[in-house]
Amino acid sequence: MSENLTSGKTSSKGPKNSAKKQKGKNKAKESSKGKRTQLGKKDDVDLSMAGIGHPEIFPLVFTTKTQEIFNCRVNEDVTEENCFKLIKKEDIIQDLKTRAAISDFHPVKKVVLEYPGEELLVVFDAKFQYGQNFYLVASEEAKENLLKPPETAEEKEEEKEENREETLEVHPYTPPVHKPWVSLGSEKEVEEESVKDTVTKIKYMISRVRRKFGAPITFTDKNASYVKDSYVECTSYQDKNFSIKMLEKDVGVQMVPKVREASTQTKWTYPKNTATQYFPRQLSNEEKEENLSSEKLKDFLTSVRLRMESALQQNEIMNAFFDDWKALAEDESSSGGKPDVYLKAYQSFTDLRYLKDRTISCICWHPTIYGIIAVSARKRLSHEEQVNLSDKSLLQQSVILFWSFFDPLYPQLILECPEDVYCFQFHPSDPNIIAGGCINGQVVLWDISQHEEKLQNAKPVADEVMMTAVNMPLLTQVQQSSTEPPLVRYCAVSSIQHCHKKPVTDIHWLPDYFADNRMGATFENRAEIRMQLVTCSPDCSILFWDAPATKLPEQSSSEKVKKDEIFYMPPDVPDTFKHVDICWKPLIKINLCESDTNTEYSPVRISLKELHYHYKTSEKLQSNTLEVSAKESPYTEMSTPSSKNLKALQNIFTDFFVGTEDGEIVYSDWIVEIDSDSAKPVSQKHTQKYTIHTETINTLQRSPFFKDIILSVGGRNFAIWKEGVTNGPILQSSCSAGRNTAGHWSLTRPGVFFIGRDDGNIAIWDLLKKTYEPSHLQNISKSVITFISPWISSSKQHFLAVSDDLGVLHVLEICETLSHPSGNEHANILYYFEREVKYLKHCEQEFQEYQELQAKTELKWSWRHRGRKQV
Amino acid sequence: MAEVEETLKRIQAHKGVAATIVINAEGIPIRTTLDNSTTVQYAGLLHQLTMKARSTVRDIDPQNDLTFLRIRSKKHEIMVAPDKEYLLIVIQNPCE
Repeated sequence: MSENLTSGKTSSKGPKNSAKKQKGKNKAKESSKGKRTQLGKKDDVDLSMAGIGHPEIFPLVFTTKTQEIFNCRVNEDVTEENCFKLIKKEDIIQDLKTRAAISDFHPVKKVVLEYPGEELLVVFDAKFQYGQNFYLVASEEAKENLLKPPETAEEKEEEKEENREETLEVHPYTPPVHKPWVSLGSEKEVEEESVKDTVTKIKYMISRVRRKFGAPITFTDKNASYVKDSYVECTSYQDKNFSIKMLEKDVGVQMVPKVREASTQTKWTYPKNTATQYFPRQLSNEEKEENLSSEKLKDFLTSVRLRMESALQQNEIMNAFFDDWKALAEDESSSGGKPDVYLKAYQSFTDLRYLKDRTISCICWHPTIYGIIAVSARKRLSHEEQVNLSDKSLLQQSVILFWSFFDPLYPQLILECPEDVYCFQFHPSDPNIIAGGCINGQVVLWDISQHEEKLQNAKPVADEVMMTAVNMPLLTQVQQSSTEPPLVRYCAVSSIQHCHKKPVTDIHWLPDYFADNRMGATFENRAEIRMQLVTCSPDCSILFWDAPATKLPEQSSSEKVKKDEIFYMPPDVPDTFKHVDICWKPLIKINLCESDTNTEYSPVRISLKELHYHYKTSEKLQSNTLEVSAKESPYTEMSTPSSKNLKALQNIFTDFFVGTEDGEIVYSDWIVEIDSDSAKPVSQKHTQKYTIHTETINTLQRSPFFKDIILSVGGRNFAIWKEGVTNGPILQSSCSAGRNTAGHWSLTRPGVFFIGRDDGNIAIWDLLKKTYEPSHLQNISKSVITFISPWISSSKQHFLAVSDDLGVLHVLEICETLSHPSGNEHANILYYFEREVKYLKHCEQEFQEYQELQAKTELKWSWRHRGRKQV
Repeated sequence: MAEVEETLKRIQAHKGVAATIVINAEGIPIRTTLDNSTTVQYAGLLHQLTMKARSTVRDIDPQNDLTFLRIRSKKHEIMVAPDKEYLLIVIQNPCE
């Protein structure tokens, strides 16, 4: 076998590749090829593998007999590797003759006979590629190819392996090898397109005698137009033979849809209701009657009743929406844990000029303007001196200072007082009127309406200082006032003869809906502006004052004249109370003394039952003042309303509590009854006396939530009383180490009150938490606390103003836990008080029973004793 | 007539009942314990609400129908018992 690489390669691929493809197709062909009987009729074409592109291959089945004859036994002579067997043509023909029909070569007899060569190749088809276990190759060419390519392929494979061993990574560059050109029918096209000469070219040769080249020539000019026939021309013309008319023309046409965009806007108006006015339909009375008496309604109600009643009952039994967890949480927060209870220091005010060596005796918040507090200063006296209040020479001027939150350094306003003011109050409806009680027993009135605007516009000082004077011409005025607070002189002072003999320790404005007249009977008050005061003093008297109205004209004029001579009023003092000045007399005087026992009480604090203050808003006030400026001050014009028109108020409580100097609590009323016999006013004696405290009472205050619960603070303990319960206090504290010097109920929480001590501590008591000791103790200052006053500026800001003996006013912010009551606090506290009252009653009962028992046993004992004696 | 009165009185006598209103199918009050303007307001609003509630119930299941409507608010509870021709409205303050 010659090694023919090129030819072998091309052909080797052929059968091998096709063999792979045909594997799948073999199965289909198998059945048809298997049966010889079927194929007996048909020609060799069916037998051959022409269907799959190999017309020279004929699959055959060799029986063992045939295999023995031709020595191509499977796995002995012929194996898978050595699958080729050359069989001589003559042998096959012989076999055909001997065995005829049963010869395996019978179907391919013709092929064998036609075979040109001498030897036929039979290949053992181990894999049944062509359907049978052997196949006959019918052409020499194919025979050669089959015999050779396996070897060449083997060689090629060997080469490949060698190459792989040498260079695994780099593929060797094999230049492209020429392949013989296979015509695929393109010569026709080439021939059509090529241009060939259709006519043979004609060759001409032109020659001339040699000697005629290069002979001399002479040229002459001649006009072409003169000579005929000197030139011949052929004009061009269009020869119609050569013009081709195009009768048909191929033109390309494309259909394109024409797209156009257009838009329209339609106006769609639809009716829409903007407003409708309607009134409800109602049935007339007759129709209602008719409906009510109809049968349908009766039936309806009977059917609906059950449902409704069950629903109502459900609600009565239980509140389905009550959040138990939430309620529990509230209780938890109030009782358990350690809530953050504190009084945060907000600001503190002190003044070196006016408050040197002075103590603050009373604090009052301005009722309407935010951030204004007024304090009254009093000479600081030691405890002993305080007891013997004798006249002191005043080296310093006694003042009431107005502080503003926005200006901690300078007071806003200073009210001049004739003497040290012990206590003072703002008028409930007109915060520009201030009444104060002095140490010498006089009652003083101030009118600060001029400065009201200034107080309202009190702004932080820093801002004003930074602004230049050029910008605001008003600034200079303001700046002046900020450095030098204006001094306001008092407008009216009570007459010295008729006032208290001892310092006025407590002063209250009476509520504005009732007024007293001379006789003490209470009348309804019609006038809007109320001007009645009550003061008490340790000289055993309580005085009711009615400022301007009750003056008789003659008296006033004469007194006025006197006054004008004696006294010179500085021009800037408002003359609101001019007519009252100096000659102001109290309306009613009540002596606190018991006629039968001749004991006198020296009241220090007084607490009336109904002290509702209605603080008018500033707008109302401004409108009031506008009206006032138009005409004369209404205070001068006010006259006592005629008692006939007003109805006597029967059910106003005129009982009051009084705390005395000796520590007694006295409960009495001021009704002056006219004794039927003697037609003289006789004051009733309903007095009750309680001695719980050992020292002077310094606070006697009603709870803002419960009208009949009173807190009294004095000495080393405090007590809570309930009006009407005569056995004793509901709650009495144990004796504390230090003295309690001030006290006040909290304005927002019913069970909380503040007690000030002499060591500068504030004790916060919370009745819901502990009733035997304060729930919180906080130190405010080093010296004695003299006054406590809480205030609600806004819902978020609750302040507590605390003053101490050094003249410093501390303003503290009350934290939220102290200022916001828990859900049922009011109810709980009320319940607590009721429980305490019951307990007291129970104690009283027990005591009574015990006493009776004691009396009985004594009686028994005395009887026995008598008996013995006798014996 | 007397029965009607008696029934209404019984309902009103329950604890916490603030008002009772009877309105007809069109929402016009027939009988009430409140003042006129409030009654008219309640009648109009609750009538519409009841119609809406009823249509809701029936939309979901046409076989179903509204029997009772209770509106619980912070301050009180409004109970509406509907019927073909009339509507009974009761306002009750639940006990706390």
